[in-house]
Amino acid sequence: MAEPLFTPEEQKKFDAEIAEILSHYPADRKSAAMLPALRLLQELKGWLPPEGLKLVASRLGVTPERAYEVASFYVMYHLKKPGKYVVDVCTNLSCALWGAEKMLAYLEQKLGLKAGEANERFTLRETECLASCGTAPCLQINEDHHESLTKAKLDAIFDKLS
Amino acid sequence: MATTAFEPLISAAWGKPNSWKLDEYKKRGGYKGLEKALEMAPAQIIDEVKKSNLRGRGGAGFPTGLKWSFVPKDSPKPKYLAVNGDESEPGTFKDRYILEHDPHMMLEGIAIASYALGVHTCYVYLRGEFKFQAERTNAAIREAYAAGIFGKKVLGKDYQLDCYVVRGAGAYICGEETALLESLEGKKGWPRLKPPFPAVVGLFGSPTVVNNVETLASVPHIFTRGPAWYAGLGTDKSGGTRLVCLSGTVNRPGVYEVPLEATFNQLIFDDKYGRGLPAGRKVKAVIPGGSSAPILSPDELDVAMEFEAVKVKQTMAGSGGVIVMDDTTCMVRSLWRVARFYAEESCGQCTPCREGTPWQTRLLRKLEEGRGEPGDVEILSNVASSIAPYPPIGLGNTICALGDAAALPTHSFLMRFRDEFEAHIREHRCPFGDKPWGAFGDWS
Repeated sequence: MAEPLFTPEEQKKFDAEIAEILSHYPADRKSAAMLPALRLLQELKGWLPPEGLKLVASRLGVTPERAYEVASFYVMYHLKKPGKYVVDVCTNLSCALWGAEKMLAYLEQKLGLKAGEANERFTLRETECLASCGTAPCLQINEDHHESLTKAKLDAIFDKLS
Repeated sequence: MATTAFEPLISAAWGKPNSWKLDEYKKRGGYKGLEKALEMAPAQIIDEVKKSNLRGRGGAGFPTGLKWSFVPKDSPKPKYLAVNGDESEPGTFKDRYILEHDPHMMLEGIAIASYALGVHTCYVYLRGEFKFQAERTNAAIREAYAAGIFGKKVLGKDYQLDCYVVRGAGAYICGEETALLESLEGKKGWPRLKPPFPAVVGLFGSPTVVNNVETLASVPHIFTRGPAWYAGLGTDKSGGTRLVCLSGTVNRPGVYEVPLEATFNQLIFDDKYGRGLPAGRKVKAVIPGGSSAPILSPDELDVAMEFEAVKVKQTMAGSGGVIVMDDTTCMVRSLWRVARFYAEESCGQCTPCREGTPWQTRLLRKLEEGRGEPGDVEILSNVASSIAPYPPIGLGNTICALGDAAALPTHSFLMRFRDEFEAHIREHRCPFGDKPWGAFGDWS
């Protein structure tokens, strides 16, 4: 038998939070809750497993295909299980002017990964503007933001990761 | 011409202890504007906003009062307010400071706008990456509910208002107002054809106003100090002050609140703001209003950072994102970075944008890597023209303005730096070698 999607605690949290999210929308517009519902699923599981997409779709009264369509459009949803830490490095113009390309090269060497690659521990991605242009260069690890990066600061951040 | 002495309105409390808390906001006179607005008739509120000459701060600069007046008064459908906090254009990073330092200022604007428009539900749409900013906004909303600002009655008045934060999930296109509505409806962010405009057919098919975070944060000041006072701060056609975001090669990048008459030269060189470039560097080009805005050359920087003044230079003040490029910067590599962004963020709905933006990126990469061939610059120019011709600035061959935004930088970089593109082909390499950005920070 396949393993259940959620532990009992996760199921409780999912049910309570889905109810809260749905209360923010008109009763006949449950499908509007798709983005927050997918976010909730990803918070609980670390990614969006197919059976999770099916569950979200059924709670919102839409087809699983519709849930997949939305999930695949936005870059922050993971349709495959990512590394423990998803590292998004901004290399757009303002960050590039402050050395972001070199910073990414340094990180690639440090993590032994090329941008776009992943292992169990890290998913390394080049990302588009993170709205830190005034505190460039910057990157995001999972949902935590780090700005005005220097080599020393970057090393310190990665040293602290478990 | 400004008739009121300049003072910072939006950024006044930034950096002060607990500036994001309700108590602190109230000590500064917070929610007095809402109290005054609630004594007025909705139509009068809209008139006051019109008189203030407030223009939308999201990029297009459309007069806010006029936008509000497009909402039909007699519609039987519910009306909605959607706050655009999807700030994602390279060079633009101002709204996050409002959300971090003074979210109640925006919430007060939301309450005033909602009351004026007959809105009972407001959605604050923040870009997905704004986790901290969303948490802070949510905390402020909880305070507002507890204090009777949101909920069944707004400050005791028989008027119900609910306000929710919705986070996107990493798609720049969702900052386009109709794509934002699609996303709020739980779909992928595909922009809609206009008309109908959201004011008539918006969220869930109902009349909807979409306003930027800074626009709404500006609204309370119109009511606490009066529309004439607010208009007097600005220029003839544009009231108030403006947040500008300064980034790139300057000594002190950051968000600065400036009078609308302030020029790019002042922003870049004044001690109050950017403090000039690092020793030995000169300005090569300046992007005046987010990465889509055509560039200005160093001799054009005495122009005011105000919508109408910048328009004269065939470019735009946009979202207030000013990016400075110095003389060590390779313009081909810079444009490649910008082009990549639009290719990544194109939603794929319109063929010219879906196909043209990656094509631009491939051509620029080819040039930058020294693999360019004679004729490539012409092809690049043609591809950009197929997405959106220039001039004029306006909707090109696509449903939304992302196509324009992707083509405009190409047109403007080619117009001003064509030699540099040709040199890449002639020399079969980047003339800037492995330092296309000069040495900056400790990453060189």
